[in-house]
Order: sequence, then structure tokens, then C-alpha cells
Amino acid sequence: AMDTDLSSQDRKDLDKFIKFFALKTVQVIVQARLGEKICTRSSSSPTGSDWFNLAIKDIPEVTHEAKKALAGQLPAVGRSMCVEISLKTSEGDSMELEIWCLEMNEKCDKEIKVSYTVYNRLSLLLKSLLAITRVTPAYRLSRKQGHEYVILYRIYFGEVQLSGLGEGFQTVRVGTVGTPVGTITLSCAYRINLAFMSTRQFERTPPIMGIIIDHFVDRPYPSSSPMHPCNYRAGEDNGAVYPSVEDSQEVCTTSFSTSPPSQCVFTVTKAHFQTPPPVVTDTLKVPVMGLAFSHQLSSSRLSYQPAALGVGSADMGYPVLFAGGLNAAHPHQLLGPGKEGGVPPIPSQPAHGTQADQERMCTPLDGVHYSAATPSSSEDTETVSNSSEGKCGSPHDLLETIFIRKVGAFVNKPINQVTMANLDIPFAMFAPKNVELEDNDPMVNPPDSPETESPLQGSLHSEGSSGSSTGNTHDDFVMIDFKPAFSKDDILPMDLGTFYREFQNPPQLSSLSIDIGAQSMAEDLDSLPEKLAVHEKNVKEFDAFVETLQ
Amino acid sequence: PPRIRCCAPPRASPAMNCRAEVLEVSVEGRQVEEAMLAVLHTVLLHRSTGKFHYKKEGTYSIGTVGTQDVDCDFIDFAYVRVSSEELDRALRKAVGEFKDALRSSGSDGMGQISLEFYQKKKSRWPFSDECIPWELWTIKVNVVNLANEQERQICREKVGEKLCEKIINIVEVMNRHEYLPKMPTQSEVDNVFDTSLKDVQPYLYKISYQITDSLGTSVTTTMRRLIKDTLAL
Repeated sequence: AMDTDLSSQDRKDLDKFIKFFALKTVQVIVQARLGEKICTRSSSSPTGSDWFNLAIKDIPEVTHEAKKALAGQLPAVGRSMCVEISLKTSEGDSMELEIWCLEMNEKCDKEIKVSYTVYNRLSLLLKSLLAITRVTPAYRLSRKQGHEYVILYRIYFGEVQLSGLGEGFQTVRVGTVGTPVGTITLSCAYRINLAFMSTRQFERTPPIMGIIIDHFVDRPYPSSSPMHPCNYRAGEDNGAVYPSVEDSQEVCTTSFSTSPPSQCVFTVTKAHFQTPPPVVTDTLKVPVMGLAFSHQLSSSRLSYQPAALGVGSADMGYPVLFAGGLNAAHPHQLLGPGKEGGVPPIPSQPAHGTQADQERMCTPLDGVHYSAATPSSSEDTETVSNSSEGKCGSPHDLLETIFIRKVGAFVNKPINQVTMANLDIPFAMFAPKNVELEDNDPMVNPPDSPETESPLQGSLHSEGSSGSSTGNTHDDFVMIDFKPAFSKDDILPMDLGTFYREFQNPPQLSSLSIDIGAQSMAEDLDSLPEKLAVHEKNVKEFDAFVETLQ
Repeated sequence: PPRIRCCAPPRASPAMNCRAEVLEVSVEGRQVEEAMLAVLHTVLLHRSTGKFHYKKEGTYSIGTVGTQDVDCDFIDFAYVRVSSEELDRALRKAVGEFKDALRSSGSDGMGQISLEFYQKKKSRWPFSDECIPWELWTIKVNVVNLANEQERQICREKVGEKLCEKIINIVEVMNRHEYLPKMPTQSEVDNVFDTSLKDVQPYLYKISYQITDSLGTSVTTTMRRLIKDTLAL
């Protein structure tokens, strides 16, 4: 539109107003996403440097970025200034939250007074921007940033790109100001679908529920301007390097929950682990705090068989992952009686116990635990091959695969698969693991490929048992993989699942160990007659004592 | 010494070119103050300028308005207000009275608080100055009682969301750029602006409230006017 009506002074003023308005707009938006409360002072005496009569600080870095993006141009028709606000997790996943757009359209207001009305209306618009920046969802997110995520901003100039905001994004208009050269419009488009999951997690486990993943796509505009964290320490020089990222952090539980029920809402879990700082490219500045961010699909929860202890009184399921990769160095986890402690090796014949008991007994796996659970020798390293040699149909299978089954609490275990120490002992399945070799513990670092249970099952059953293959009737299912809900167990050295597995098998009480128990009982029994004789001798004393009580 | 100014009760009238906006909120008792302050401060943010400094030849310069974030304690909400302790005190006083009146009214907790912007028109003696409203904001409040902590937590969030909507509504109205009093000359400035504050200059305003009794009629009309002299305290 020809602005012949506009004096050159007015035109100059107008251009200046629009330029500084754009710069102040960026400052307000970025400062509103710093995660801190903003406070500036009113000043009754005009300082002459506060544009639009508002005390808005200028963060030098932000001004620099804005000027860079504008490159000497002003917002015009088709050339909008956009401030993109996004969230970035420490794992490198990012999500666009808002796009603030300063646009110009062709609708001119020739009558309006530039130096007075336009200026005051721009001032009013900035006040509106101050108010609106606090009411979009990203404000609350930005106030909580720092531990699991940071908020980044990016300024670009040109066409508005809203595709990264996901479906159903909403728009709020901050305001408009008519000028002789066009109408300035300030608005914000913001994402409302805040539920998300990373693509990496998604690849690993297929989702159980319908999950909307309409982001985490590669940035469609690779040549777009660099992103910057909003959380910026004021006072740094322009272009200062950000502080280095801390190495290990604690992750707190967070949940994003503004999505409709059909979408997956997932929880970030507490974890301690070393994590590499977010990827630093030459276009991406490192956030002030890098963090661990672990998330788990609810699908994990769904795949977990509810075999937790306490489910039913007779339910002593202890889902444990033993899968593959075991070697002879850790036979303590397998059917391997200790050398010491008097625990006999796995007998080919039941040491005692009736045939009927044998038939009711459970599978070898329990024996895995039992045998390791010798009261006095939790550090045993009897090799499996030694102990199971000749007893197992296929020692290799035994070595390679161990797994757990749900078993009733008071079910007798097959003798041939357990040591005598474990016969008829309830809770004997709480055999102590050899904690020394925790690092190599497959429960802690589960091997990659779990073998199927049938070979082992068959082999263990063939371990000299007679007819005990029917002892599997109690086992309804076999758990290969233990994924407790809300925990991630394949990277972390210690998590809920590990803890659970570790400590659900405390060392067996010595009094519960049948050998010593048996011995002491035998001793007790033997010593009974003696004791009775002694007591009989003192019967008069006892009678006198009883008299005193009456 | 404060001057007593007598003004007509606030009323919106199209003939007087006064636009009226009504907002409604339902809040818990302890949220009343923060919700009212959030709305009133947001309106006054838009209706306050820096202090005018008149120079020779009828020109003037304008001081700078600072702003600050306010977090609510009982609502999941934050808002921006003008950095002026005097203004904040005045609003808190009015809102406090409104809250007390609500509580002691014995009604089922309904009332409204009004923020009116007006201009003064000087009249000749013996007539007193006229107050001509040009913008009237009314906030209707409905106080709810909640049974347990879980409901309170939900209320925190819901009221926060509602207030976000109200802020957007307020901004929409402000953006219409409808009638605003002309910028006054030095002699007229007190007819348009409240010049009693030391750091900012809001348009002349007054706050009043009404408590609705359980019958739904405004039987109990407690009209309190906060005028310039109370602001000066």
C-alpha cells in the first residue's frame, strides 16, 4: 500500500516503533519461559530508554538472536517474525509447544496517528503479551523446567510453520494494532496435546494402547535457525558459553496428563544413573542442566505378569529373569549345592521324602534357588557342571537357561532337583543369591536372548527323577522376563526390578535349613531321654515350685 | 489533605458510552481473594500508564511501568501485575472487604465486585462534579464448599484454567481499542487519571461490591466506595 499520506518522519518513527516492538516482543516471550518470576520496577521519572513506557529488560543474547533473525527487515505481509518455544528432554527428545507470531497484514489505517496512538497501542499490546504469556500451558511447564527438561526458543523470520504443534493446537490472539502501513497482529498457536513418548521407546516395545505420536519427527526445516534454551543466566556476555552439563542426576516423577484418555499418559520414574548430556550440536546449545529422563510405556506394565508376592497366600511366585548367558562361573545360581555346609549334591535319588511328594514337586527352577541357599555358604561357587553332571540330561541347557515359575508356598519340591536342604521347607525358595557376582548376575544384567524353557525343563526333569515330569502341574506359566511396572531394567544397574529380585531371596534362616535343623533335631531327640531323666530327678523341686505358685 | 469526592453509584448505560463486561467465576472460599486480585490486576495493568510529567508547551513525558509475576497460593495460576505497592494495597483492601462481606453475609456465597473506570466532569457550583463511567468490569463470584482434599486439588486446577480463560477474555476486550478518554492537558489530568500514586498512573477508578442473599436478589447492597482519599492512605 502506498503510504504517500505518511510523512517521512512518521514513516521513520513507525519503522522504528515496529522494530523495537518486535524486539521487545521476543524479550517478553523468552523471559516468560525462563522458568523464573519476572519483576521490574516502575519509575516515575522517564528514563528515555524504556520503549513503550514499559520496564522490559533486554537480555543481550536474545536481542542478538532476534536481530539476527530479522536481518534488518521488518515484519511485513508474508514475512512474519516467529518465536518458537519447545521443550527438550535430556534424552534429546524435543517437542514444540508454542509458536508466537508477529504478523503484518494489508489492512491499513491511514487515519491513525503514528507517534501517539500507534505507540500507545503497541504499549498496550505488550501488556497484553505479558498477561497472555502466563496463561498458555507452556508457562507452567517452563516454571518447572530444569530437572527433566528445558525450554528452548528459536526465532525465525518468514513463513509461519505450525506443523510441529501436533493435532488440534489452539490459537489465542494477543491483539492487533492498525498502522498506516498495515495491521500488526500478535498471536500464539500452542500445543494442547502434551502426552508424548519418545520414538526410541516406541521402537523397543510396541504400544498396547493407541498412542498418538505426531511429533518427534525430524525437524522439517533443517536449515532453520538454531534453538536456544530459555533458561539463561542473565548477566552473561553475548555469546557466552553455557555452563557444562552435570553428569548424573536424579530424575523425579513427572507426568504429562493433559491428553484425552485415548492417548498414552506415561510416567517418568525415579532413577539414578549416569547419562550422557544431551546431544550438543553446533546448532544446539546445551541446556543449563542436563538430566536423566527415563520413561516407561504402560505397555510394560501390561506385559508384567502379576506374580507379585502376596498375591494369594499360597502364591509364592517370584518372577525372576534368568535368561541365557550364564556360564560356569556363576553356578551358584544354578542347581549347584554348596561344597560346604553339609549340603549334599543334587541326588539322583530323592534323599528322603515319599514318592508322592516327589510327584507333587515343582520344577527344577525352584531347585535352582534352593541349592544355592545353603546356610553357611552363600559364597559357594560350586560349578554347575560338577554338581549337575550326570544328573542333568543336558547340562548345557541348565547352564544356559534358568527361569522361574510360580509355585505354591508349601508345595514340596522334587528331591531330585533340589538339595535335601530344601525338602519340606516352606519359604526355602528364598534361597540366597550369591551377591558377590551381582555384576554378572543375569537378573541385574539380563542377557539378551532368553531361551525357551522346555529344553531345560525336560532336562531337569530327566535328571534322575522318576515320574516327576508330572510335577509341573502346579505351574501355570513360566515367566521369562520380569519387567516390573514403572521401571526400566535393561540399562540401569539398579532399579525396582533388580531390587525386587535381589531382595526377595534373602538368605535362608539357619534354623530353617534342614540339614542343621535335622541335625539339631536329631540331637534334640537323642538328648531327650537324658533330659527327661534329669527332670525326673528334680521332680521334688518342681513340685515344691508348683506349690509356691498356688 | 484528601479531598472528598462524591460520585454517583456506578451504572452502565449505553447513552454514556460505557461498555460493560461481566466475568463469572466459581471458587472456593479461600480462593476468592487471589482470583479477584488476578482479574483486577490484569485489568489495571492495561489501564495504567506511567506518571505524566508535563513540560512546557503542553508536551508531556511518561514514566515507566514495571511489572511483576504473582503466584497464587490456592490456585494453580500466576498473573502479571503492575509494580506498584500502593496500587496492590488498594486492591487488596477492597478485595479483603469483599471477601469478608461474602463470608459474613450468611448467604450461600454469591456476590459481585465491580471495577469502574470513570471520568470527572466539572460542574459549576453548586453542583458537584459528575462522574461519568466509561468502562465497567463486573466479576460475579460464586463460592463453593468442597468436601475433601481431592476436590480441593481439582478445584485448584479448574479455577486456574478458568482464570486463564478470563485473562484471555480481558485481553480480547482491551484489544478492541474502543473508547478511551482523550489524553488530558495538565489542568485536566486529574479528571482522567488517578495521579495520587507515586509510581504509576491508573485511569480514575472505583471498586464496589454487592452480596447477593440466598433469595437471589440484591437485598443486601453494601456499597463501599474506594475513592481517592482512601487510596491515599
